[in-house]
Order: sequence, then structure tokens, then C-alpha cells
Amino acid sequence: MFELYKIVFHQGKQFIPNVTTAKVPGIFRGRPIISSEKVNETELVELCPVEAISASPVSINIGKCTFCGECALRFPGKITFTTDYKISTNERNRLIIKEGDEKPVEVNPDTVRKEIHRVFGRSLKLRQISAGGDNSCEWELNAANNVQFDMGRFGIEFVASPRHADGIVITGPITENMAEAVQICYDAVPDPKIIVLVGTEAISGGLFADSPAVDRSFLDKYPIDLYIPGNPAHPLTIINGLLDLTRKKELNRQTK
Amino acid sequence: MNYIRITNHQTIPVSDIPELDYNSFFELNTGIIIDHPERHCVNYFGYHVDNRIKLICCIADDLTHEIYVSSCSTAIQTRLQAFTSKLLCFEKFEREIHENFGIDFVDHPWLKPVRYAFNRADKTKTIANYPFFKIEGEELHEVGVGPIHAGIIEPGHFRFICNGEQILHLEIQLGYQHRGLEQLFLTKKSMLQRATLAENITGDTVVGHTTAFSYLWESLCGYQASRDVHFSRTLALEMERMAIHVGDLSGVCTDIAYQLGSSVYGRLRTPLINFMQEWAGNRLSKGLIRPGRNQFPFTSSLAKRLTETFNAFEPDFNEVSDEFFKLPSVLSRLERTGVVTSADVQEIGAVGMTARMAGINRDIRTSHPYSLYPELKHEPILKHHGDVYSRVQIRKLEVNQSISYLKTLISQLPEQISPNADLNKPKANSFTISLVEGWRGEICHCAITDANGEMLLYKIKDPSFHNWLALALSVRNNEISDFPVCNKSFNFSYSGHDL
Repeated sequence: MFELYKIVFHQGKQFIPNVTTAKVPGIFRGRPIISSEKVNETELVELCPVEAISASPVSINIGKCTFCGECALRFPGKITFTTDYKISTNERNRLIIKEGDEKPVEVNPDTVRKEIHRVFGRSLKLRQISAGGDNSCEWELNAANNVQFDMGRFGIEFVASPRHADGIVITGPITENMAEAVQICYDAVPDPKIIVLVGTEAISGGLFADSPAVDRSFLDKYPIDLYIPGNPAHPLTIINGLLDLTRKKELNRQTK
Repeated sequence: MNYIRITNHQTIPVSDIPELDYNSFFELNTGIIIDHPERHCVNYFGYHVDNRIKLICCIADDLTHEIYVSSCSTAIQTRLQAFTSKLLCFEKFEREIHENFGIDFVDHPWLKPVRYAFNRADKTKTIANYPFFKIEGEELHEVGVGPIHAGIIEPGHFRFICNGEQILHLEIQLGYQHRGLEQLFLTKKSMLQRATLAENITGDTVVGHTTAFSYLWESLCGYQASRDVHFSRTLALEMERMAIHVGDLSGVCTDIAYQLGSSVYGRLRTPLINFMQEWAGNRLSKGLIRPGRNQFPFTSSLAKRLTETFNAFEPDFNEVSDEFFKLPSVLSRLERTGVVTSADVQEIGAVGMTARMAGINRDIRTSHPYSLYPELKHEPILKHHGDVYSRVQIRKLEVNQSISYLKTLISQLPEQISPNADLNKPKANSFTISLVEGWRGEICHCAITDANGEMLLYKIKDPSFHNWLALALSVRNNEISDFPVCNKSFNFSYSGHDL
């Protein structure tokens, strides 16, 4: 018994007290900034493996970006990736970061469906579906539930059955072989329900957007409530995105 | 000689691979393996050549450190005697060839679909009507699980046939994750696109697959990586191995409801992957490994940070492991649970950790060495019981081993950082094979180029491809409630299998 207490004691304090202001270590590639420096834009556009960069003016679509960082390595004066992990939003056009944009990527509270605040503001249960995901976003979603990130403290949890869920979280580009299962799972979730896309592959298809083995028609049928970019999305991106969507910042301040 | 002997990461002209008639091809490749436990099939695949199918079989020999490659040309609509009729280890490979090209293999015990690839030969077969085995009997019942599972994991369908709580048979049906990856390697032409594809084969083995791709690409372009590049790859491979092992130990604890272990191992994974973020900007090492490049040179300040990370990690890891491995309530769930015998492992040709947990010494780091492993004088860790306990022990011991390797490595940092190289075009009409030991086991990438040096075929084999069968065998005669812990102790890849 004493051994157990020793182990518990040696862990010290592991949880991140404030998930909205925590700093990530090192050179994390989060929200990019594009300077007004003149570069060979054709070369820059062609460099990107997923056509996430557009020219005149230069912009990056972080819903397409794989965050490989190659553009920042080759054009260091033009593009830098900041450590800002808060890049989730509910509007697709907010994922496009233009030359000179320095403002954070945020959820637009005016376009969030009203019932989301009211119904899911204090408790949100989600059913995750991996639909061709490479298991990296799955690892990070699991990490969001570990003792450090501890998303459960905000009343956000993943559940085993769609019948117990308030919405679905999709990772991966949605393969043809998984398309039917995604639909069945979504149908099994009671109304009102939300759809959250986690990771580049879910948001835009990423490298697999034009693959003949992918079927993204499900996404055309329903409104998407939250885009959480990343390859994989960082646990703090996931948590902050979900909190912003359901407006639980007040709650977070109380737990400081 | 009717096969060519090559070494790991070697490029040869395709025309150097001897082409045999099917009977000789059959006798040769089955004959090489029978009674030779040191040899196993690392890849066997087909591709279209002028309205015919060319089959290429690669057998690795752990003692000579070579790979024996032979080929055979066959018509598209044809019936061939299955290798599997003699050796079960060809089971999956022949199913894949059957699915992709419609070749019928006679005397194959179960010529069932593998992944319902988008370019499969028979489009009338769909994932919704997979032909499961059935057993008739009033006392038996079936349990179907998936494709969507209870936790946050990848999709796959498990069909159990049970007698009460006891599992008689498990059949695993995959393919839900199929993204057409091998085809994308041909249509996406830039090196960066292909490296990014390799990173996305399976997100838990980013370094393993990207390293396999990088060595293959460098060999195909006639480039020799310098020491600092090898250094970064070795370091990253061992970091990835550690991080996954620690994460899976947490998963095993969760599955046997040992909460303390689950939390402590779970949080111990964080400093390891956060270190990868400090080094390369991504917790799962995406963006780190590129052919001909040392994207993020490993500096002395990073070495210092890694030492600090280990200083904090090791005491806590060893403390919780000491407790975990002696608790009777833990051991009773792990010992003699999910046993796969050494003979079964040998028969199905399992690789990596799945082979080593049953006493079979199979490790590409020693048998076909690359990177800095020859300097590290790697000795594989073997366990002999083939149960969950053996697998969990291997994971713990491999973490300790990786730490000691990493400490050795960072005590002699590479002095020179090589400039980024622009690689030549891939050689024309060539064949390359690349083997790398990921944390699950041997990863095999093969490529063939056409007369213009364009990619004609890119073939990926994740260790899970032949290892999944080990999970199905391990749960036989176990309680169905032990399935999760059996599954987690292996933790095979769905996306690496489905591609």
C-alpha cells in the first residue's frame, strides 16, 4: 500500500491548470503568419504537397495544410509557424490565413447554432469515428483525455455508443469502405447533434482528397459545426476548439 | 542460380531478377523457407506488365543478411497452385494478389478478400458482405464487433464464435481504412508528396515508414546518406518505439482496470512525444524525416534536453513498472492469457515483437542492419511464453533498451551537419527493397521504376499485414472479456494494413 502512495506522490502535479493559456514546448507548428516579403510565388505554391498555398496575395488554407513546415524551411522570411495552437473554428473561410493576417483563428459566436450553447454548454458527449484516419488524430484525441490535458473536467467526454452521444467527431478523409458506417453512426445519434472534423484529412481530405478510394459525400449533406485543424490536431487545439464552440470559457476561469 | 541475392536498401535493374515458370517459382520459394526458421517472406506481390501479371517474391535470410528475390510472369485469368497449400505464411500475400488481379489460387484454405481495394478485380464483392466462417451448433453464438469500436481507435470488424464466454474462433475483417495509398505514390510525383504520404501510412509509425521510404528513395536515386542523417533516423526510431510502448502499457492497464498504471504510463508518454515536438515541431514526428535531408539537426542543447527528459522519466517509469510487474491482480490477468505458440508464430511468418515474444529471434536491426544499429550492436530482447505477459515484458524491456541506446548515441553527437542534397532522378527500370524495424516489426517498402525513371509500382507492407492472424490465434479458448487486453498487447495497425 505504501508503495502505491509513493508512486502517486512522485507524480506530483500533472494536470495543466489553464488549457487556454498553457505554453507548448519547443517549435510547435501552429497558426502560420505570412509576411509581405517578395518571393517567387509560383515556386512557393508548387512546393506545397497538398495545394494549401495560393498566390497573389499568398494565403495558406490550414484546413488543407499538413503542417509539414516545408514552406517555412524554404521561405523562412515569408512564412513562419507560431506556437499558437488555438486554430479551431466553425467557419471554413476562417481557415484561410492571408498575407499579413496576425489575428487569431476563432470560433465565430454569431454563426454557432443557438441550441449548441443551450444544450451542450455544460456537458458534451461525443462519439468518435475513425474513417480512414491514420491513427495520429486518434492518439491525440486519447491524449486529450489523459491526466494532463484532462478534457473530462469540462464535461466533455467520449462515449462508446452513438445513442449516448451529442454528436460525432470524424477523423480521416472518409473512405468509401467506411462511408456507410459513418452514416449509420450519425443517424443513431439523437437530435440535436453536432459534427466535428478533426485533422486535415477530415477537413479537406488532405493528401487523399482526390483518391478514388475516398467518398466524402456524407459531408455535403450536413452542416459542420467545428473544424479542428492539425496533422494531427494537438490536444490543446482540440480542447480549446470544443470549449470555444460550447462557450465554456467561464467554466474554465473558475477552475484556475 | 534462379534467384538474385541482394542486401537491404539495394537497387538493382529489374531485368536482373530471374524470371521462372510458375512451377519452379513455387518450388523455389516454398523450398527456401521449409526447414529454414531463419528465413521468411518479407513481401510477395504482383503488378501488371503488358497484359500479364508479374509476381515478385522476396525472402529474407537472417543469417546471410540477404534477401532472395525471384519473379514469375503469368496470365491474368489463371489458376495457380497456392504457396499457402505448403506454407501458411503466404496466406495474406496470395489473398492480396487474388483480390487485386483475380488470380485463383488452388488449395488456398481461405481465399477471402483482404481490404476491398478500390482497384480490386471483382467489384461485386463489397465490404458489407464479407464471407465469414460459420459453425453450426445450438450451444454456440456469434458476437460481432465493429467496424466502429467502443474506444477512440481505428475501424475493423471482429467476428467471434463463442461457446458461452469462451472464444472458439475469431475472424478479423479489415479494409475500412483503405485510402488507395499505393496508387497515390504513383500519381503524386514530388518527393515531398511521397514523403508526406509515407508519414500518413500509419500515424503511430511515422518515423518507421518515413525512414523506410527515405532509404528506398535515396537508394533509387543513388545517394548515400551521411552520418548525421543516419543519426537522426536511429534516434527518432527509438524514440517512437519508446513512446508507443509506454502508451500501450497504459492501454493494457486500462483494459485490466488497473487505474494507477493507466494514468502513470499515460502521462509518461507525454514527455517523450513532447520532446519530439521540441526537436521537430510535431508530437508524432511528422516532418522530421526526409530523403537526403537533415531537416532538424540534432544539437547539443537538444541532447541536454533529452538527458533531462530521461532523468525525469526513468525513475518514474521504473517505479511504476516494478509495482505493475509484481501485483498478483495484474499478473493473474496477463500470465497465460492470449498465448500464441512459437510453432504458430513460425508457421504464420509473424515478425517483430510478435515473433520475439514467442522466442523467435526476428529483428531487422540485427538481421539486415541499417542506420547506426551496427554500431549499437543491437541484441533483440526475447521472451518465450507467447502470452500477454511476454508482450508486456518486451515492451518494458525495450523501453529500457532504447533509453540506453539513446544515451550512447547522444554521447557522441555527429560533428558535421551535411548540407541538404538535391537528389537525382530515380534510376530507370530498377527495383529497390527497403526494410526497417519499426516498433511493431519489420516494415517493407518496394519500388519499381519504368524506362523513364517514373514509379511503376510502390508496394508497402506494414508488419501488421502478416501479424493480424496472431491476434486471431491468441484469443482462442480465452474468455471473450480478455479480448481487449490481448488486442492492446499487440496493438496492430488498421491503416498500415488497409493502406
